[in-house]
Amino acid sequence: MVKPPDFIAAMTGSLDEQAARHMVTRTPQTEALGFQFVSISEARGAIRVPWRADLVGDPETGVIASGVVTTLLDHVCGLSIRAANAVPQGTLDLRIDYMRPARPQADLIADGHCYKLTRTIAFVRALAHDGDPDDPVATAQAAFALIGGGA
Amino acid sequence: MSVATTPAERLAAFLARTPYIAFLGMRAELAGDEMTAILPFSPHLIGNTMLPALHGGVLGAFMEMTALAQLAVITGGPRPAKTIDVTIDYLRPGRAMDTYARAEIKKAGRRISSVHVEAWQEARAKPVAAIRGHFQTPTEG
Repeated sequence: MVKPPDFIAAMTGSLDEQAARHMVTRTPQTEALGFQFVSISEARGAIRVPWRADLVGDPETGVIASGVVTTLLDHVCGLSIRAANAVPQGTLDLRIDYMRPARPQADLIADGHCYKLTRTIAFVRALAHDGDPDDPVATAQAAFALIGGGA
Repeated sequence: MSVATTPAERLAAFLARTPYIAFLGMRAELAGDEMTAILPFSPHLIGNTMLPALHGGVLGAFMEMTALAQLAVITGGPRPAKTIDVTIDYLRPGRAMDTYARAEIKKAGRRISSVHVEAWQEARAKPVAAIRGHFQTPTEG
């Protein structure tokens, strides 16, 4: 299978905005969920997932399913590692705390920060909110194995 | 809405009422009181096209939904439990194939339950991922 240049750029080397946008919007699962690229900066990334009826967990509340938040937080962790110029091989563990339900029919935004890189491991924190980062819906703590680290 | 009474009815009601479960394409089967959840492979679940591998978030979400389904089977209220926290361990790459999961309710509390889930693909003894989670029992009415 031939890989498009954007995909290769998203997976290796330093991350420009075009490659970051590709990483957020063009993998099959993130495309299916409708992820939108928000921003990258040094060791940080942000992604939005617009509310959609088929992503709801409990139809009585109309809140996006916690499973969508899991994928959003996992992906924003990977994005912030790439924004720190490291290449994640895969998630080792991901701990998510759900602070409160999101507002019905609210979009969610996730912010990630890769706060420590070793030769083999990236440590990342992330949160998901529905408008106010100081009042998060969920917070996450993750460790990722890095490519080229011999993990 | 009629009140589901048997475990099979409670499971079917939980699976049918959750739009995100249809998005994943998840199913579940009961053998007595033992439930096996099934996530048939579908291209939209891929997170890494180079390997290819299932998105790690999909595996975590599938196991969390398995825990909620198992709680619905056992406790059987009309509303699903709410996730308080989950810790996901990734053990092996989730390959582009069907995935299975079973949940073990470590404690079914009046207010909070503790559930472990393991997911596997080719061999039950080689899990691809596992979670431990706490879930809040829904209040009636």
